[in-house]
Amino acid sequence: MGVAGDARARVASRPQLEAGPWRHIAGRHLLPYALIAPALLVIAGVLAYPLGMLAWLSTQHYGLRELIQGQGQFVGLQNFEFFRTDPQFRYVVTVSVIFTIVNVALSMSIATGIALLLERVSGPIRVALSAGLVLVWATPSIPAINLWQWMFDYEFGVVNWLLTRFGAGNYIHHNWFENPIQGFTVITVIVVWGAIPFLALMLYAGLTQVPRDLVEAAEIDGARPWQVFTKVTVPILRPVILVLFSLSTIWDFGVFNQVWVLLSQRPNKDYFLISVYSFQESFRVSQYGLGSAAAVVMVLILVVVTFAYVRQTVRLTTEAV
Amino acid sequence: MNRRTIRRTFFDAVALVILAVMLFPIYWMVSTALKPGKEILSLTPVWFPSSVTFDNFRDAMNQPFFWNDVVNSLTVVLSVVAISIALAFLAAVAVARFGFRGRTAFVVMVIAVQMVPLNALVIPVYLFLDKVGQVDSLPGVIVYYLAIVLPFMIWTLRGFVANVPVDLEEAAMVDGASRVGAFMRIVFPLVAPGLVATAIFGFIQAWNEYIIAYVLLSSNAKQTLTIWLASFTTQHGTDWGGLMAGATLTALPVVIFFLVVQRHVVGGLTAGAVKG
Repeated sequence: MGVAGDARARVASRPQLEAGPWRHIAGRHLLPYALIAPALLVIAGVLAYPLGMLAWLSTQHYGLRELIQGQGQFVGLQNFEFFRTDPQFRYVVTVSVIFTIVNVALSMSIATGIALLLERVSGPIRVALSAGLVLVWATPSIPAINLWQWMFDYEFGVVNWLLTRFGAGNYIHHNWFENPIQGFTVITVIVVWGAIPFLALMLYAGLTQVPRDLVEAAEIDGARPWQVFTKVTVPILRPVILVLFSLSTIWDFGVFNQVWVLLSQRPNKDYFLISVYSFQESFRVSQYGLGSAAAVVMVLILVVVTFAYVRQTVRLTTEAV
Repeated sequence: MNRRTIRRTFFDAVALVILAVMLFPIYWMVSTALKPGKEILSLTPVWFPSSVTFDNFRDAMNQPFFWNDVVNSLTVVLSVVAISIALAFLAAVAVARFGFRGRTAFVVMVIAVQMVPLNALVIPVYLFLDKVGQVDSLPGVIVYYLAIVLPFMIWTLRGFVANVPVDLEEAAMVDGASRVGAFMRIVFPLVAPGLVATAIFGFIQAWNEYIIAYVLLSSNAKQTLTIWLASFTTQHGTDWGGLMAGATLTALPVVIFFLVVQRHVVGGLTAGAVKG
């Protein structure tokens, strides 16, 4: 009793401390800092420092000569000034934005459809479909890109054969990458196929947490299925949807591997999404300053888009503890 | 049949079609890997290999640097998983169990850092490692991967630790357990699914990563498997059978690992996202 009372008094005098068995150690103040220190060190050292360096590099002229000297040449905002007037960069940003919108919209809506379907099918089918989704989810992205590359091969690709066979036109010896719109269609197929399992399973997990009685109450009140979905299900799933939406945006806006591997590491200018452009400028043309500036533009666009998500998440967490 | 049954049958049929479409690419990869060369390069697709052959797998394994790169991939992945789990768990306990000055700042950082596309950081990381002479070395890549997976891991584990009621620990201590004992026996088992889920996450991220390994690891002997896969494409064209066998081999560890523990994954990942 004495010890417990003692401890309680100490907790009361320091209200910001969490109660519980940890309070004795917590009283020493330093423990939480010691616990986060290693992770903080890695994150700050390996992410925050390069992020600062990226911002700094974006204000420099940094070519091969500077690379050898290890010292860039400060040019202020000239790189960004260049982007403002460069038609190629305008193309890059436009294509990246359109690509992201199309891919996020497609993967989110198909995944929602599959999640709703998972709720409505019979038991064994549900198990089979979720297992199949997990299998696709588990397939690493580079092998996945290689296998789609094979399926869309112009000579022996099974897709060309299927399309021709089922009367979609003559696709024998059809090269999908001659026309960037068709090429991006293939890339979209790969991205969406890879994204669906994670999104669908997360949405389904969220759906199972929607209280049954809420849905039934709405149905008794005469709500149609569509109304139940938009007025009951979606509001409850909002946090999950927000997370998935933000993650999808970040992934799709940063797509690099699909373009790079699919086009055998030599994509032509039509296929420059923003991360491909940034990579090409830096590591192929050795304009690290310009490449960094492009990366900064990419980060800034994402910060604006995902700001709402970050704010909401921070608020939820700080309230929870 | 009443309307309900008809509707359910319809949904079942749709689900089966979706399943077939989703799985076909994987079937096509594996079946191509098992086909003899002339059935792969056939203008009319051969749906089922007439005779299963392991030649493509043998070719892939005899490809230069295969075993070398397997060892590299495993070294990187196992180091990343082991170190990141330990660091993330400590930080998650701090965030979930303590109120301390700077806690909110730390949480904001952990969330915000996840919004940065990693492709964007390749340039400064390359230039920095180039300066300190750590380009083309596995430790450089390992440290970088750690930073990639840590924020998400801390975030997910925090949810798990926070969901273990403090009363449970106290009850154990009232019953005579020491503080550490209470923690190990009560909290640890309850957090274990979270540890598994985050370990898988780290494993997959590190195993699949491409761009950083591509930029930082330039010599063949230092590469990881995802980079090695490019070696099937030469000026003379692509060796599709070998490539599909290589892709299957690269995918296999993740798929097995994933299927064994998949029960924990979805629940684990949503716990962090859905619950406060």
